[in-house]
Amino acid sequence: MRPVLAAVAGAVLVLAACGTGSESSDGSVTLIITSNAISGGKNAETADWTTRWVIPEFEKEQKAKGRQVHVLFQPSGVDDEQYKTKIALDLKSHAGADVIDVDGIWVGEFAQAGYIKPLSEVAGPEVDSWEGWSQIPKAVQGLGIFEDKKYGLPQGTDGRVLYFNKDLFKKAGLPADWQPKSWQEILDAGNALKAAGVPVPIQLNAGTAMGEATTMQGALPLLAGAGAQIWADGKWTGGSQALKDVLGFYHQIYTTGLGDPKLQQEAQGRDKSFAQFAEGKIGILAEGDYFWRAVVEPKAGVAPMQNRDAAVGYALIPSERPGSGIRGQDFVSMSGGAVRVLNPNSKNPKLAWELLSFMHSAKATTSQLAGAARITSRTDVNDEVLGVDPMLKFVSDEVLPITAYRPPLAVYPEVSVALQEATAAVVSGKTVDEAAAAYQQKVESLVGGAANVTS
Amino acid sequence: MTRHALATIGRATFFAVVLGFFSLPLLWLASAPFDAHPSITTSLPEFTFGNFRSLLDNPYVMSSLRNSLLQAAGSAALVVVLAALAAYALSRVRVPGRDALLYVLLLLSSVVTGTAAMVPLFELATRLNLIDTHLGVILTLSGGLLPAAIFILKDFMDGTPTSYEESARVFGASPLQILRHIVIPLVRPGLATIAVWAVANVWGSFLQPFILLRDPDKSPGAVILYTLYTEGGAPRLDLISTFSLLYSLPVVVMYVFVSRRYGFRFHGGIKR
Amino acid sequence: MSQADPSGLGRARAVGFVLPGLVLIGIFLIFPALWTIYLGLTDYRLTGLAAANPQVVGLDNYTTALGDDRFRNSLWLTVQYVLGSAVVGQAALGFAIAWMLRNRPGPVKRVTEGLVLLAWILPSSVVAFLWIALLDRDEGTLNALLHTPGFAWLLDYPMSSIIVFNIWRGTAFSMMLYGAALENVPPSHLETARLAGASTFQQLRDVVFPRIKGHVLTNLLLISLWTFNDFTSFQLTAGGPEGRSEILPVYIYNVALSGGQLGFGAAISFLVLLINLVFAFIYLRLLRGRRKVVVP
Repeated sequence: MRPVLAAVAGAVLVLAACGTGSESSDGSVTLIITSNAISGGKNAETADWTTRWVIPEFEKEQKAKGRQVHVLFQPSGVDDEQYKTKIALDLKSHAGADVIDVDGIWVGEFAQAGYIKPLSEVAGPEVDSWEGWSQIPKAVQGLGIFEDKKYGLPQGTDGRVLYFNKDLFKKAGLPADWQPKSWQEILDAGNALKAAGVPVPIQLNAGTAMGEATTMQGALPLLAGAGAQIWADGKWTGGSQALKDVLGFYHQIYTTGLGDPKLQQEAQGRDKSFAQFAEGKIGILAEGDYFWRAVVEPKAGVAPMQNRDAAVGYALIPSERPGSGIRGQDFVSMSGGAVRVLNPNSKNPKLAWELLSFMHSAKATTSQLAGAARITSRTDVNDEVLGVDPMLKFVSDEVLPITAYRPPLAVYPEVSVALQEATAAVVSGKTVDEAAAAYQQKVESLVGGAANVTS
Repeated sequence: MTRHALATIGRATFFAVVLGFFSLPLLWLASAPFDAHPSITTSLPEFTFGNFRSLLDNPYVMSSLRNSLLQAAGSAALVVVLAALAAYALSRVRVPGRDALLYVLLLLSSVVTGTAAMVPLFELATRLNLIDTHLGVILTLSGGLLPAAIFILKDFMDGTPTSYEESARVFGASPLQILRHIVIPLVRPGLATIAVWAVANVWGSFLQPFILLRDPDKSPGAVILYTLYTEGGAPRLDLISTFSLLYSLPVVVMYVFVSRRYGFRFHGGIKR
Repeated sequence: MSQADPSGLGRARAVGFVLPGLVLIGIFLIFPALWTIYLGLTDYRLTGLAAANPQVVGLDNYTTALGDDRFRNSLWLTVQYVLGSAVVGQAALGFAIAWMLRNRPGPVKRVTEGLVLLAWILPSSVVAFLWIALLDRDEGTLNALLHTPGFAWLLDYPMSSIIVFNIWRGTAFSMMLYGAALENVPPSHLETARLAGASTFQQLRDVVFPRIKGHVLTNLLLISLWTFNDFTSFQLTAGGPEGRSEILPVYIYNVALSGGQLGFGAAISFLVLLINLVFAFIYLRLLRGRRKVVVP
């Protein structure tokens, strides 16, 4: 027994010794960047860009200023909610990286919890004089703003559109430059596709299994098309007429054979919808530009389509009726995007800001794209890179001016789940009124009573 | 004769069904890693070793297996040694309410291994300076495993006869010597079982190592497996199936080794 | 047996033996567990205003949970899950395999035991992928074998699917425990009973059961507890469709991690503990009730 005990004790001591972090003694400073990306795994491009470009370039720049700076990258690359939990725990215990990558939607709840502070409060007045602000459109800056204070620098944004398969459209006698002007025209196209034998005419994400994809690609753009925002003027949208219209649209699609209700329930439903679209089984699909550049992308997509540029069409999401959308718009969309924030507990806040602003310089943004097109937060970069991809240019020129953003509040994720549940109820056969009433009740309990909900 | 034949057929059917049921889900693990275009269907693969090559390009894969090994071996050693000592003492010395106490610990272990205990465990590790250390993962996971290990081992120890210990005592052996030379050999298959159980548990743990570790060079396989997804959260089946196979092999090898060497069952065949 | 302290351990040394384990348990189990139970009395959240200023809300979380349809549904599903997959499934199948394998040397025994154990020791995320591949609607192996393309096992029968899954996953423990227990049954007693014309059922009831009762109790206590906490099914169905397979561990994950409601999640964890306690009392009662009748 003794040797075993000794071995265990020895192992424990060795492990304990491995564990302690090393502080540099040569007077140099260490900064840490973290993001939900990992080399060889999820978001590998971001991870590789950070380690291969940002770190050496920034260290070089600092050396030229006579400063010895070490930058470390702490990768993660897991489910977004798990990543959020991890950085929240870090910030809560006053630890964590100096520059932190977060989803724009988390800014409000992190700020409310006191985990993050406005940039200028952390790093000083140089934040406001940063050259980049003039390059970032106001709406995109909004991704990092909470209660009129700037907490983070936006990395880029996206937009939602209706994709359609031009081959199937041709078969159904529909135009290759299709642009529906109302929800009814979507249904009409769906019926034509159905008559032409297309297995799944319309894929509109629904249900809880799709998670936030249901809210962002389905419920929220439709709600905007019916003239309502989920949160406006301090109140949440309840089971109002706009919501009933949205649920009614879902009801029409999923009870008349225009959509596949089962696909909405499957744990891997969204991935399957991608594969089915690529296989030519889905006629119309509502998705973000992510779908174009990372799913059906011919070379490295998840569900690559060799003839993407010829076969995949895209159109703006119409309002319920022309002019019925928010701000009286004919067309609507929803956008989101990631931001980078500073850790208020950083030991070197000024230097951390230098690193953060360096990562958002035009040079860094261009290098992050590595030749690929993507909608960045900077207009100077977008002007240069988006010319090569007509779809992304379309999103940047046509979609971003009409888009809307989600409220950055802690309770939003739960309201989002309530919306998903309402769509799920309708898809599985409940009436619109039942689902809307259940939703109203749920939202009231989430946001602290009927006073905070419009109905 | 007929009855005998019927019994044989019945037995054969039973084993055929059991073997079918337990082997069917495993087929995917044998086919997908070698398939050039793996899907979730089990099919005859378009044979390739390419998936292994692209997996090995991932900088964290091999080190994650080493980390899993370190964390699993550390936890298993700690659990087996501490549980054996405690179970022996609890089995041989009467403490009022020991069974109830053990069961309460077992119940608390179910709270601590769940999602809800995440914040207390994290804060505890922060205060003890155990964040981003293998030791932190080992101690946290061992704490959750110990009650069940003691509970099971105490059952074994209760089942072994005390007469040998009495004679050894007459010849002047110390309690540690008795434990080491008499009790341990008797319950060795049980200890081996607990060790394998602990390793398998640690091997599959995701949440605790994920929140306790920061440096991916310390992350175990369970955490790295979760990174093999795309930006949109779709699993990269080529990498996942291949990694699943690599990641399962050490546990299987360990089981085969342990069961050959020490036997793999609960009592050591000693009748009461 | 232990009253006399035959190995001469003595109280002091016994304490010394128990202490290292107890210290570890004290720090890494009891302390965080009590802390979690305390969190169950607050409105604590991971983020937002309630993260900065958690308030003690007393039993509010408990009354909210008990009044919530989703929780009650989840509780009922969990009871089905535990009874179906653990108490009936794993225990019965584990016993059946152990019984059929007793005194049976050779390859059949080794292969059967090996496969059953493999299902038990494989990492849970790997196991989840295996079962998705088996049960998938469009491309699953099972549909290919049965020629039932498009049959949605996980959507139309989510609870049955995860129950069968968990039987597959966890039968090994019962098999091993009962295998060991059956070695305590003297073959001569079984032989005598058979010669006296007892059916298999009678043999099991009158000869086998009285001798393995302790093992039955241990087994039921442990597998129920483990099944109450089993989270692997999350990766198969994510609790869906529409919460039809949202057993309590999945519910807690959805509430605590996805929803960030750590206080509420902690309260549910404690409720699970209490339900386990109820199960334990039922097992003890059922098994104690018969002791006087059979054990000599």
